[in-house]
Amino acid sequence: MKHNNAKKNLLDTKPKKIAALVVMVALVLYLPKSGLLSPYLVRILTMISLYSMLSLSLNLLTGFTGLVSIGHAGFCAVGGYTSALMWQYLGLPWLVTAICGMIMAGVVGLMLAAPTSRLSGSYLTIATLGFGEIVKMIALNWQSFTGGPLGVNHIERPEFFGITLTTFNGGFFYLSIILTALVTLFVYRIVNSKMGRAFMAIRDDSLAATMMGVDVTAYKMKSFVISAAIAGLGGAFYVHFVRFLDPNTFNFDISIIIISIVILGGTGSIPGSFLGAALLISFPEILRFASEYRFIIYGLILVLMMRFKPEGILGGHSHRPFRLMKGVESYGN
Amino acid sequence: MILQQVFDGLTLGIVYALIAVGYSLVFGVLRLVNFAHGATYAFGAHIAMVVVVSTNFGLFWAIIISVIMTGLMTMFMDRIALRPLRAKKSKGISALITTIGCSYIIQNALMIVFGSRSKWFPKIFDYGNFQIGNVLVKSTQVGIITVSVVLLLLLTFIVQKTKIGLAMRAVQQNAKAASLMGIDVNRVISFTFFLGGASAAVAGSLISGYYQIVNPQMGFIAGLKAFSAAVLGGIGILHGAVFGGLVVGLAESFAAFYIGGGYRDAVAFIILIVVLIFRPNGLFGKKVIEKV
Repeated sequence: MKHNNAKKNLLDTKPKKIAALVVMVALVLYLPKSGLLSPYLVRILTMISLYSMLSLSLNLLTGFTGLVSIGHAGFCAVGGYTSALMWQYLGLPWLVTAICGMIMAGVVGLMLAAPTSRLSGSYLTIATLGFGEIVKMIALNWQSFTGGPLGVNHIERPEFFGITLTTFNGGFFYLSIILTALVTLFVYRIVNSKMGRAFMAIRDDSLAATMMGVDVTAYKMKSFVISAAIAGLGGAFYVHFVRFLDPNTFNFDISIIIISIVILGGTGSIPGSFLGAALLISFPEILRFASEYRFIIYGLILVLMMRFKPEGILGGHSHRPFRLMKGVESYGN
Repeated sequence: MILQQVFDGLTLGIVYALIAVGYSLVFGVLRLVNFAHGATYAFGAHIAMVVVVSTNFGLFWAIIISVIMTGLMTMFMDRIALRPLRAKKSKGISALITTIGCSYIIQNALMIVFGSRSKWFPKIFDYGNFQIGNVLVKSTQVGIITVSVVLLLLLTFIVQKTKIGLAMRAVQQNAKAASLMGIDVNRVISFTFFLGGASAAVAGSLISGYYQIVNPQMGFIAGLKAFSAAVLGGIGILHGAVFGGLVVGLAESFAAFYIGGGYRDAVAFIILIVVLIFRPNGLFGKKVIEKV
């Protein structure tokens, strides 16, 4: 039975999967060089890629673990400031500062998760909202270190092997694609591991998860730290991309955009995060007349999706049969 | 000097209490944190501003109109966005995200209609200042405190002594049992939203009259502070919300004076996080035991 099902799916066999992947990678690498795309479009694609990464990070927390964060921009800000300030004061290359930004965001995530992981639902959401504001306030008031309201200007572009990445040579596009691919692979591996199953168990019923021996608090903290670290990486990429950072760069609006992407695309769905990012980042560009109202539209998306399709476009339970380990036969039905 | 800070803090605190009561009322009946409450507060202040500027009714009637319109707006929000979720028995997280969406819609609609800059708001209870000991007392502050105390007493009276208040307390204890006893739960929830919206509108008008500006984003920080106050006192408990509001107002006033104006808003969040760590059910809250 299972074998018959599998053969029907065109892309299910391994060589075909690899071939499809190779074609896609080639296409993506060729795109910015093809001349078909203006730098403007390349820039939008870069943003979509960045937001896919950010929403994957939030999806891990909200979609898979069931913890709603509306202060996610705060983690981006931590990563962004760490990276920008390390460049400013120490002159370190991007790769180093970005990794430090990730670690820093992870540490801050741990600091937030440790006291709040006992909380659930609304309390945790409010705590994340307060966290986002605290980050902003520190960035604004610690003027001697962060530059206060003036922020950090003319941040250096990342450089690899003597090539400075720009939008024009497609460097930022490639970098964002590589980062997003790594993050996707990472999230995919987590979701399909023991840890991922623990996350989903906590989301579906934390009490039952406790009974089955899942250490709920520890897994919530892990989810928080991983999610924060990825968001920090996104922030570290973004500040070197736009080359400017002030306390308003990562404000509440960014947190709302990220959560709207996750909700629209599908909670607990990795392809959903890509779809959501593609839709929500491109629509203000396509529908220019609506761009004034775009924040209202983000709000409407949240309300309407909850009302009509709370699991999102690509979310919901998978209908594929559960894949058992090798050597384990499935009996029945 | 300390007495001056205490008095200024109490003025702010009593208004935070008025907002916090709105969170507590809704949380009581729905077990839901109404994220749109801060935006509701800004909405109320804007309606009062528009009525004052465009008509010659005067501030008192402007606030009355604002109270009614804001109350109706929150009832409408419940009707079209939250009631269908209750009917579908959605997860709690859906209602939470819905209120986040509503808050964002209201705030940005205000921004589109009124622009994002701050606008003038008439001063309320403007009868000059006087000195008691070495405390400078503004008539505005006395007026704000009086109105807030009267309103808080009125809300307590409604919840404790009237029939609809009895219904609210019944729904709070057990919505299903209440509906079996013949209580129209949806109507009670609508009424609760109206009360929350109305108190937020008054609070918004009072604070705008105190600082003499309105701004579409004013609700964001005020909402967070009031939520901290509600959590501090134990969310769902009215006198807890009042106590929490006063503590947050006093803490903010002292922080602004001793630490610096830049960090005055941070104090409420620090209180919030400390409370969440040590006493998540608040000072007056009872421990909830989760039964399997």
